[in-house]
Amino acid sequence: MDLLYDTLFNGLAIGSVLVLAALGLAVVFGLMGVINMAHGELMMLGAYTTFVVQNIFKAVLPEALFPIYILVSIPLAFLVSGLAGLLLEKTVIRRLYGRPLETLLATWGVSLILQQFVRSVSSAFAIGLVLAVAGGILIPRFTPKAWWQQRWTPLLGTGSWIVSGGIGIGIASALGNQRALDQPWFSARNIDVTAPTWLRGSIDVGAVNMPAARLFIIALTVIALLAVSWFLQKSVWGMRIRAVTQNRPMSDCLGIPTEKVDALTFLIGSGLAGVAGVAVTLLGSVGPNLGGNYIVDCFMVVVLGGVGKLAGTVLAALGIGVLSYIVGSGSLLLVWPAMPAGLNDLITFFATTSMAKVLVFALIVVFLQIRPAGLFPQKGRMVEA
Amino acid sequence: MADWFASRQLRRWLPWVLIVAAALVLPALLPPFRLNLLGRFLSLGIVALGIDLIWGYTGMLSLGQGIFFALGGYALGMYLQLDSLEPGQLPEFFSLYGVKSLPAFWQPFNSPLFTFFAIWVIPALVAGVLGYLVFRNRIKGVYFSILTQAALLVFFNFFNGQQKLINGTNGLKTDTAVIFGQLVGSDGMQRVLFWITVLLTIGAFLLCRWLTAGRFGDALIAIRDDEPRLRFTGYNPTAYKTVVFAVAGALAGISGALYTVQSGIVSPQYMAVPFSIEMVIWVAVGGRGTLIGAVLGAVLINYAKSLVSEALPETWLFIQGGLFLLVVTALPDGLVGWWRSGGPARLIALVAPPPKLSTYPDLDLNPAVKAEQQQLEGPSGGDLS
Amino acid sequence: MDPLQMRKLAMRSIAGTTALAASLSLVACGGGEKASGDFDGEVKVGILHSRSGTMAISENTVAEAELMAIDEINAKGGVTIDGKKLKIVPVEEDGASDWPTFAEKAKKLIDQDQVAVVFGGWTSASRKAMLPVFEAKDHFLFYPIQYEGQECSKNIFYSGASPNQQAEPAVDWLLKNKGKDFFLVGSDYVYPRTANTIMKEQLKANGGKVVGEDYLPLGNTEVAPIIAKIKQALPKGGVIVNTLNGDSNVAFFKQMKAAGITPANGYSIMSFSIAEEEIAAIGPEYLEGTYAAWNYFQSLDTPASKKFTADFKAKYGDKRVTNDPAEAAYMMIYLWAAAAEKANSVDDNKVREALIGVSFDAPEGKVTVQPNHHVEKLVLIGEVQKDGMFKILENKGFVKPVAWNQYVPETKGYTCDWTQKRPDAGKYKM
Repeated sequence: MDLLYDTLFNGLAIGSVLVLAALGLAVVFGLMGVINMAHGELMMLGAYTTFVVQNIFKAVLPEALFPIYILVSIPLAFLVSGLAGLLLEKTVIRRLYGRPLETLLATWGVSLILQQFVRSVSSAFAIGLVLAVAGGILIPRFTPKAWWQQRWTPLLGTGSWIVSGGIGIGIASALGNQRALDQPWFSARNIDVTAPTWLRGSIDVGAVNMPAARLFIIALTVIALLAVSWFLQKSVWGMRIRAVTQNRPMSDCLGIPTEKVDALTFLIGSGLAGVAGVAVTLLGSVGPNLGGNYIVDCFMVVVLGGVGKLAGTVLAALGIGVLSYIVGSGSLLLVWPAMPAGLNDLITFFATTSMAKVLVFALIVVFLQIRPAGLFPQKGRMVEA
Repeated sequence: MADWFASRQLRRWLPWVLIVAAALVLPALLPPFRLNLLGRFLSLGIVALGIDLIWGYTGMLSLGQGIFFALGGYALGMYLQLDSLEPGQLPEFFSLYGVKSLPAFWQPFNSPLFTFFAIWVIPALVAGVLGYLVFRNRIKGVYFSILTQAALLVFFNFFNGQQKLINGTNGLKTDTAVIFGQLVGSDGMQRVLFWITVLLTIGAFLLCRWLTAGRFGDALIAIRDDEPRLRFTGYNPTAYKTVVFAVAGALAGISGALYTVQSGIVSPQYMAVPFSIEMVIWVAVGGRGTLIGAVLGAVLINYAKSLVSEALPETWLFIQGGLFLLVVTALPDGLVGWWRSGGPARLIALVAPPPKLSTYPDLDLNPAVKAEQQQLEGPSGGDLS
Repeated sequence: MDPLQMRKLAMRSIAGTTALAASLSLVACGGGEKASGDFDGEVKVGILHSRSGTMAISENTVAEAELMAIDEINAKGGVTIDGKKLKIVPVEEDGASDWPTFAEKAKKLIDQDQVAVVFGGWTSASRKAMLPVFEAKDHFLFYPIQYEGQECSKNIFYSGASPNQQAEPAVDWLLKNKGKDFFLVGSDYVYPRTANTIMKEQLKANGGKVVGEDYLPLGNTEVAPIIAKIKQALPKGGVIVNTLNGDSNVAFFKQMKAAGITPANGYSIMSFSIAEEEIAAIGPEYLEGTYAAWNYFQSLDTPASKKFTADFKAKYGDKRVTNDPAEAAYMMIYLWAAAAEKANSVDDNKVREALIGVSFDAPEGKVTVQPNHHVEKLVLIGEVQKDGMFKILENKGFVKPVAWNQYVPETKGYTCDWTQKRPDAGKYKM
């Protein structure tokens, strides 16, 4: 019995991380059919926000306040990742609606840039970048009017970007000679996010040991789920989002501002990634590669859960969590010690973390053979639905 | 000047002239190391051709071509491991893990004939089976992409974790193997391999040309553009998709084998997630649905990567990410598509002196007049050109 | 297409290109330092580490230590060959945390740049990928990281510890002081697998017991199943030997702490891949009281060690720390320079012969190159302190390297000696 509770708790613990990480992806994918490969990097931004908040608390505020830094960083991470997501939507994804595969590639490109950005960014780099962007936008406004009626006018925009890019690079390299400005803010190294002491211990309930960090993440997941489902079910904008999810052209005809709905959905989805980023700082490393560690698992959850229903995402994530715990820890052997030798060998073979992953993913592929559209497929009458 | 650039003949033949010239001149000019690089990147062109078949022509974005690529590489790698041993001896790495006898699935790789077929038949079979299962259930679009990525991870983790079967992370080395009395890693042998690669690339290109030119190709394009309609007309898309996926798998296998002997190693890294996505990018940059674009993209990007990482390693991710974004948003048809649709001519027309007109004055071309005309006609004014 | 649309399209594509160019050249800036002094010539050496990707975290420090050693040697007049002062010119390449790339770049350094020697690598997989290149081209690689042994190549010089200079003494120490029940955790690749094979044989021979082992894929951060296994196997405490590499360590220690598997509760945790640099990234709170075995700690209290750390901080910033891999990387440059001067040539074949027996006053003490292309090294066991430094618990003195492990039945009785003029000098029965 203890084993059952233990398995359930640990499965829940693994699953809740997956729910939290995949929630934003599921919202975005459900609405726009967009697989956002940069989702993991938005999580990373959330984690880096936590790092910055932690350091501010350490440096500026009284020590008594330090334990609550993690609570403060949740809304901030939501904001940072959400705004980054909004920017991404406005500049890239908007141009690619209806081309899901291209979106996938473009967001992968964005994820690479974000990864390298947190590695390389230094004060000099940031100043140069800001100047280059500002120049690119402003220079055309200060050019003679006559230039705008030439045959080569289309090159003007490009030209101003070249000039401002050159200025940016020049200034960045000039500033880069100063050591203080050349120091990378985060560098390629992993950064140290320390959980406050109240999240470092654990509670024993019966025979089950429950780490506080896990309980915190489970609670955070439940709150996030409640908030998202409240928003989707009860608020006006939530209703609009659901309408667009079900039938985009019809919603458009009925006067729902689909562009705004898209932007809002993307903001929320990205913001949730930021919150997930805060949560994972309690469990693992925080570094430029953080996103890559979670992204594929998130995809599995979304694909397995099906589009359009949060319940699918939750069930899929918990299922994967429990399954990978059972397989990975080899608990089946404890329940049934007198197993036939062949089966025993098989289970032992898969009872390492890396082989458990192989088995779980293989099972997902097999499962999709039976239910190609996931646990909760979206029902419709169109050919492609 | 602009006319000359716009001429059909030039657009059609210039890439070919350049390629033939390059193939003839480069081996004489390049030092062995650069030639070896060229050979490796050309062999990557073969896997890119396969991706062009399934993505550019059939509209299926596979993020798992690394599986078939690595399978081909491993087939040849295993043969080379065994080939240079005395009878009864085991490859050296087995002793590290206490393996006493050759695992059964290694046995057939003693035979060169078997290996010759294994290199492309095994990947084709795996692709065929995987494809059949997926296509039968009408899994497509983003779901197909994610599923192939899951399959890729299954294979990656399996090969990575099985030291006792295939040497895990380390992979198999080929440089010190001996065939025809020569070290595989020696300059002479590498030169021979370069020519084999050139021939096979041309062969693969012609095969793809032949496949896409006839009715089969038409069916593929029909699947890409409107699969339900094709099905309603009485065709069975599953069969076409399975066949083309298997062909792409076989091409990937051949490519992997050639890449392996020219790199000196085959390892699970060939099945890493980013590598398989990069393959897609080569095709996107070169130009989808153009075949030649796939090869060009593979060679150009990899050469660029190699050069950039020699000079400025930190910037490669920025460049790569930017390239994704640029190609997807601004050059959806890739370089070859841009070239064929008269891109260079358009660019030149912006800066070259205006073409002489027989009418006086050249009102039609004067931007000032044009702008005024537009103002007068208002935004709803018809476009007379 | 109408002309307006066409222009828009062209404009867009061009704008994209420039933005790209701008973003890339931004990073390209940064000052270079020029060594002063008059030289009679140059000698090119290759530096091949991951400057991008997952491993860049660790390998940057190693590359920086190598460049520091090169700068120091150049400042003192470079390498003197035939009475001529040669300036050491490093050619840096990026292995990008990808093993096949290491092989490619090694080829490039040898064929294209014609370097005299290559310093590089970190993971065993990267070394194994480069090994065939160096063997096929009969060139010379200097490798600075502790590794799993079971290898003795004519074309590689190992300045890091072999298992009998790190893992074996650590296990002996644990057996003597901490307990007999061992749980082994490692990343899923060759070093942990092989090191654990050796440890299992060693424990079998010395009365210890392996109660469980598990491997995490590189980069995996979910360790709940492993913690469950540890709790099942060692309910009341015991010894955990950790050979995890990279990111997984952070997840491992954070979640172990949360689950109560800590030194305070009777668990002795010994890590082989955690040095000062990694402690800073994981957070000393999580590691305090765990153990590590290395050949050098920043806290080693000798003048040479203090000077090394001070120089490193002066060059790369006050917050930086030195560690064992950096020290091994630093010393191997000096060993190569000394061997080149002794051979009076930078030719790799002559340096290879001259190298054996060369000594250098390294930060850890006076090290001497042994006939099996390894170095005699100081063995230290340390405990992590609050400030992220190690307290040295035991100093086992200098230990001679053993390439072919004597616990593993397959290699028992074999040895390696490159001074022998026999074809199987790399591995023969004693």
